[in-house]
Amino acid sequence: MKKRNVYLDHAATTPTDARVVREMKPFFTERFGNPSSFHSAGLNAKNAISRARITIANFIGAHEDEIIFTSGGTESDNLAVIGIPETKFHRDAIKVATGKEIPHVITSGIEHHAVLEPLLAYQKKGKIHLTVLPVDRYGRVSVSELKQSLRPETLLVSIMSANNEIGTIQPIEEIGRAILRWRKSENSPYPLFHTDACQSAGYQKLSVEKMHADLLTFSGSKIYGPKGVGVLYVRRGVRLTPRAIGGGQEKNLRSGTENVPAIVGLAKAVEIVERLREKDSYGLLRLRDMLAEGLLRIPKTILNGHPTERLPNSVNISFMDIEGEAAVLYLDAEGIMTSTGSACASVSLDPSHVIIATGLSYEAAHGSIRFTLGRETTEKEIQYVVKVMPGVVERLREMSPVNLDMKYFSREQESESLEKNII
Amino acid sequence: MNQPIEAAKEDARKGDVVANKREGWFYTDAVKEHFFHPKNFLDHEEGMEDACLGMAGSPACGDAMKVWLRVENGADGIERVKDFKWKTFGCASAIASTSMLSVMVTEGEGMSIEQALALKPQDIMARLGGLPARKVHCSVLGDKALRSAINAYFKKTEQHDRVQVEHGRVIDCVLKITDHDIEEAVLEGADTLEKVQEKTKVGTGDPSCLPEVEQLIRFYKEKYFGA
Repeated sequence: MKKRNVYLDHAATTPTDARVVREMKPFFTERFGNPSSFHSAGLNAKNAISRARITIANFIGAHEDEIIFTSGGTESDNLAVIGIPETKFHRDAIKVATGKEIPHVITSGIEHHAVLEPLLAYQKKGKIHLTVLPVDRYGRVSVSELKQSLRPETLLVSIMSANNEIGTIQPIEEIGRAILRWRKSENSPYPLFHTDACQSAGYQKLSVEKMHADLLTFSGSKIYGPKGVGVLYVRRGVRLTPRAIGGGQEKNLRSGTENVPAIVGLAKAVEIVERLREKDSYGLLRLRDMLAEGLLRIPKTILNGHPTERLPNSVNISFMDIEGEAAVLYLDAEGIMTSTGSACASVSLDPSHVIIATGLSYEAAHGSIRFTLGRETTEKEIQYVVKVMPGVVERLREMSPVNLDMKYFSREQESESLEKNII
Repeated sequence: MNQPIEAAKEDARKGDVVANKREGWFYTDAVKEHFFHPKNFLDHEEGMEDACLGMAGSPACGDAMKVWLRVENGADGIERVKDFKWKTFGCASAIASTSMLSVMVTEGEGMSIEQALALKPQDIMARLGGLPARKVHCSVLGDKALRSAINAYFKKTEQHDRVQVEHGRVIDCVLKITDHDIEEAVLEGADTLEKVQEKTKVGTGDPSCLPEVEQLIRFYKEKYFGA
């Protein structure tokens, strides 16, 4: 079999589209100005950012003054989940209304580290009370459970739109509606609602109105844009305390000279997503299911994430009795690039908190491999992976002394959820 | 790279043998070779019934291994490792370090039991040209599995007085981490719970043991560093 180069790690990052690079290029050299400067070079850069801002605002159904450019998804998430509880106005409002000194924040157990870690650190410091909602075995947050956790002093709810590891799509509009209804019934402006939409931005039509989101994160590096640029949508009237303080750029919410080429590139990437979103999604759905079906034919495997309510590019499978890092490196030797939830492959040496949160054991998390497809993924590539994978699994199982009993991993499938369709 | 163990020994025993490569593959060439072409792994268990079994780690922790050992008296009358086979569940460094261990104990006329008992993880790492720092404590379990197999051999040959008692009391019941592991981590410079966790992963499966771990860290810090 001919060795191929197959990149299946698009949830980590996508290649930057050539059209995006072309759009960015002049802003490194001839159009290099600082948007804050009072001369024509500065104005030129400023106008470019203004145009980009309009494109990006339209992309999520927002006003242009609601778009804050940042250095990426992590910064946007941090700015939202720290910036809101840090704001004295909000803390005072909660205190006046409820008498509670410490505001309450709700999130889920499968959020990205960029949301979970700052919230956990803030909880540790005693600055917030935190509720981490559990998820079901497919990685879905229960809307009724979320409603039950709402308290008068709840200041912020942060739930991701779709998960980066297992691809599960959250009922985000339903969550937004539930929060809105609570606010109306309590006659309160709180809680505010933040969603991290980094993974779904390329595949789902994002509408801050439909989601009733007050804050929304997405970034360039997952949607064929440049790395190092992200967006935080902040609804008009929502006060926020900045993290980066200085020259007052981005409405004083994110000081620092704007990354003009990256912002221009992000706008171009968004334009392309707008055009290709449906085509991408339908095409990938077919390849995704072909890959999942092919891989699940290997004995002792389970699909992680939701069977249908899942991003069209995401397949995450646990291969029992083998360890993920070894499998990823063996696959890499065959030209196939993937990622794993195994502890051994993480800097923290903790297995994937997402897979553990879905109720699977450490063993299953260690053996999980994530395949995330992209715009350029072909049927031939999928066939190649389906051909190569059994050999890799077999080889590692030969070497492995572990022989787990699958009865501990059986998951009865819900027929009703299987019938639903995605996107 | 493949320097003999004696030369590397002194440096190796001083602490972790850490590879700090700036470029190239994720691991050293020796690790790569043993990972993609593992030596002496057991492909079928038939015919191994007479071998002495040893085990270490657990799949929940991320690394587990099982080894099969045969011992014979050499021409000089010394008990030597005749055969050493293994199976490992784990990452590249776990697989490579078990493979390297199997080579080390069987090369030449075979390692004597005394030498084998004295093997340290650092010896294996030195032969591998080092491992990334965070991989050191979880993935090099081969020496533990080897000692467990040698004990099985002592029991089998009724040399009960030679059975090595592994000192240490299990603190983390999920990951089978002992007070001895905590002591080693502290000795290697981990002076906070976070740092000890980085090295040993203690408490990731069973956080209830953490208060005791913190106490042990304080105890060993006082014992060795007087602070």
